[in-house]
Amino acid sequence: MDQLLMNSGFPILSALIFLPLIGAFVLLCIKNEAMCRNIALITTSLVGLLSIRLLFGFDTSTSKFQFVEHRSWIEAFNINYTLGIDGISILLVLLTTFIMPFCVLASWSYIKTRIQAFMICLLIMETAMIGVFVALDFVLFYVLWEAMLIPMYMLIGIWGGPRKIYASIKFFLYTLSGSILLLVGIIWLYTVNDHSFFIPDMMWQDYSLTSQIYLFVAFFLAFAIKVPMFPFHTWLPAAHVEAPTAGSVILASVLLKMGTYGFLRFALPITPEATVVLGPYVLWLSIAGIIYGGLTALAQSDMKKLIAYSSVGHMGFVTLGIFVLNVDGVEGAILQMINHGITTGALFLCVGMIYERTHSRELDSAAGIGKYMPVYITFLAFFSLSSFGFPGTNSFVGEFMILAGAFELSISQNQFPYLALAAIPGAVLAAAYMLRMLQKIIWGGANNPDQSWLTDINTREIITLAPFLFFVFWIGLGPQPFLNLIHTSVADLLQHFDIHQIKAVAATGAILQ
Amino acid sequence: MLFLPELTLLGAGLVLFFLSLGQPSNGRVKTVAITLAAVTFFASLLCLRSEGFLFYSAYKVDLFSQLFKVLIAFGTLALLIFGAKDSGIKQKTQPEYYLFLFMSVLGLMMLVSSVEMMAIFVSLELSSFAVYIMVPMRKTSEEKGNQVEAGIKYLLFGVMATGLMLFGMSYIYGLTGTTQLPLIAERLADMYTQPAAIVAVMLVLAGFFYKLALFPLHFWVPDVYEGASNETTAFIATLPKIAAVAVLIRIVNLISGEGQAIVNVLMFCALASMFYGNLSALVQKDIKRLLGYSSISHAGFILVGLLTFTPLGYATAIYYITGYLLMNLACFLVICTVSEDGKNVAIEDLAGLYKRAPILSLTLIVGLFGLAGIPPFVGFTGKLMLLLGAFNQGHYLLVILAAFNTAIAIYYYLSIIRITFCTDPEERQAVAIGGATKIISIFLMIAIVVMGVFPSTFISMASKAVTLLM
Repeated sequence: MDQLLMNSGFPILSALIFLPLIGAFVLLCIKNEAMCRNIALITTSLVGLLSIRLLFGFDTSTSKFQFVEHRSWIEAFNINYTLGIDGISILLVLLTTFIMPFCVLASWSYIKTRIQAFMICLLIMETAMIGVFVALDFVLFYVLWEAMLIPMYMLIGIWGGPRKIYASIKFFLYTLSGSILLLVGIIWLYTVNDHSFFIPDMMWQDYSLTSQIYLFVAFFLAFAIKVPMFPFHTWLPAAHVEAPTAGSVILASVLLKMGTYGFLRFALPITPEATVVLGPYVLWLSIAGIIYGGLTALAQSDMKKLIAYSSVGHMGFVTLGIFVLNVDGVEGAILQMINHGITTGALFLCVGMIYERTHSRELDSAAGIGKYMPVYITFLAFFSLSSFGFPGTNSFVGEFMILAGAFELSISQNQFPYLALAAIPGAVLAAAYMLRMLQKIIWGGANNPDQSWLTDINTREIITLAPFLFFVFWIGLGPQPFLNLIHTSVADLLQHFDIHQIKAVAATGAILQ
Repeated sequence: MLFLPELTLLGAGLVLFFLSLGQPSNGRVKTVAITLAAVTFFASLLCLRSEGFLFYSAYKVDLFSQLFKVLIAFGTLALLIFGAKDSGIKQKTQPEYYLFLFMSVLGLMMLVSSVEMMAIFVSLELSSFAVYIMVPMRKTSEEKGNQVEAGIKYLLFGVMATGLMLFGMSYIYGLTGTTQLPLIAERLADMYTQPAAIVAVMLVLAGFFYKLALFPLHFWVPDVYEGASNETTAFIATLPKIAAVAVLIRIVNLISGEGQAIVNVLMFCALASMFYGNLSALVQKDIKRLLGYSSISHAGFILVGLLTFTPLGYATAIYYITGYLLMNLACFLVICTVSEDGKNVAIEDLAGLYKRAPILSLTLIVGLFGLAGIPPFVGFTGKLMLLLGAFNQGHYLLVILAAFNTAIAIYYYLSIIRITFCTDPEERQAVAIGGATKIISIFLMIAIVVMGVFPSTFISMASKAVTLLM
């Protein structure tokens, strides 16, 4: 257990996991709707405030797991309750705890029926999401990974739009079937690792290349569906369009990150040689996702669908960054995960606000509202700029680092930089579809519907959006504090790769000969 | 004292017999039956730690058998409570119905304690014959003749399975010269790779595969589930299976996994069960039929635990069947309560249940997600541990195919959940729920979650019980 820094003081990670669950139990006994909203808001805010404490205790000079808690859970099979965070997961935990209070705020007047049940689902989601990012025991991880499907299914299936049944079932079946092989992979790892489910013990072991490739395929299916990577993305637009605003925000901001987090946490360290061998294919799938997402988004008339397809493109950038396997790429990918969480989350909040007023997500029916909702449009414009990576906003930093990483990869292999060049049209496409949406919403055309009855966003909505804007600029203008948090862990991760890369190249060379 | 739970059941049978002579009101019979079941439950709890032999060592009382008795008694109590409303049984034959039910439970309790082949046979028949009669005792109003057809099917298949079992027992007796299981284990030890021994054991297992509804002895399931009244189906779906698992563990324990042939046969049965059950369940419209097919696939999962031939595998099988009992009781609780006048429930009849009866819809969702094997419910933990055990024994293909089955299964469970949560009730009425049923449903939900999250206590208890067999 030398890769762990035990937490002797306050069990903060457990507190983060169980606080929302306690809130959910309290909600069970409360019938009053206003009280339900308040309690959910208080709980999620408390979790958010508590998570800030992580920043103060976090040691950026080590790549070890920190705040580790360890308890025995199922002794017969050596399954433990082990939690811990490192540079890769800390920002994702913080992102989750940051998003949740705003999800509650966004549902304040949007959700009109069964508020108690809705808030309970949100809180259970929060427990599961934080748990996924901090679990260091593979069974614990898998339990939370799967358990998350139930509240998410409910969020879409009960409070969703007209095609909610189709969307919720597709979401559930798709993600569940992806995880089936993951479970088999976990069981295989358990048997070869001395009957242990402890994740750090599984990393950097000398598994044979063949078994690594099988394992990588199992990981890839589970995580690529969650990301979602092209061509496994078809559940995403359906789920996004039908989900209520809070559900879309959670999906875009946190759930999608679990796939890329899975790649970083499991695929890379557990199957490094397979990653090197199969990485190039994943890179080109990412490029396909970037271009495909961009082109499809360009053709959408439904705002939520547009943003959903743009997510496919943005997440393509993230997987691209991860699999170029150099510091710029991976750090950029993690930063871009956070950026996408903030920007796309905020965009979904914006669409939700329009939907609450006009009960339509069609671009045509929202055309020309710039004149009547100036404050709203200001926010929307900044988030759209951020979405296509305008310099000065957060996504610019992330995408820039990822593209730099892609160039470095080609240069280090003495190749013409096809990869980075192939990704660049994606960035242009992003500008095209975002500006098209923005132009339509602000000015529209001669056939604008009558929008004069619209009221601009109220204080609650401004409070909901302002923090997102704050982070858009903070990360855009001064990303260093964020990069500091992740740097040591990423450097350590990639250091291992130098050794494995040589091995893997040698191994494939042997196979080829 | 060793025989207390069984004695209580015998007494209960007598009381119900005298009730059936007069013409008691419906409510009173139900109250009496529930009270008697409660007494039996407490009696079995009281005897949990007792140990000893009875009837010239044909009857063994130990933690293993007592654990199963507690489960059986709990199941009886629970299903009597929620089955009491709108019973699908003829008014006139109510006391007789309960009488047979208690007799069947008595047979099951004796079955889990029997360690001698004749005793096993007698208790098995006692429990089966009572159920053969219970199946056709349904009200005749709606599903005309279905219950009789179901009864005949159950009887014919049952008798055939018993015949197979007796044939196998005769082989075992021929090979070993004894009917005592411990002695058989000793004497079979050096010949369990012989074809005769394998055939004999397989034939004996067949008798219990029938009870457990395992492929290839599953044919009775859908029709009997559909034809029998809701509470009878709830009974058939849960309690005999628990007892069957107990005896299966005892019999599988006679041999060892070293004879690869028997492992392969069992593995084939397990996989065929899973695929057959899950694929057939995909197209069902009647919820009882659906649960019937799903029970076939769950039987396959239980066999996965048995074919590891390890104590931990047996312990997880016990854990799994306990979870299965809880989850199935939860589902049948909803079916019995939603059903009007004891009629069958189609999946559409559950439309908008979350508005008509929130607590029932919650119970149903917990039960179904549990059966589907989604964490944190007991079904997931059970499946995980079964698969871990099988993987440890090197049955890789089995584990992968079993995992695929989980993915198939989720579809039909979701289709019920979808109807319950995502559709409008239209003109369907709200469902009235009795206080006792509510308590049982809350208890079941808590039990399903708690057992799923904290399996350690139960597993260590089951392991301890299983080591007593070795």
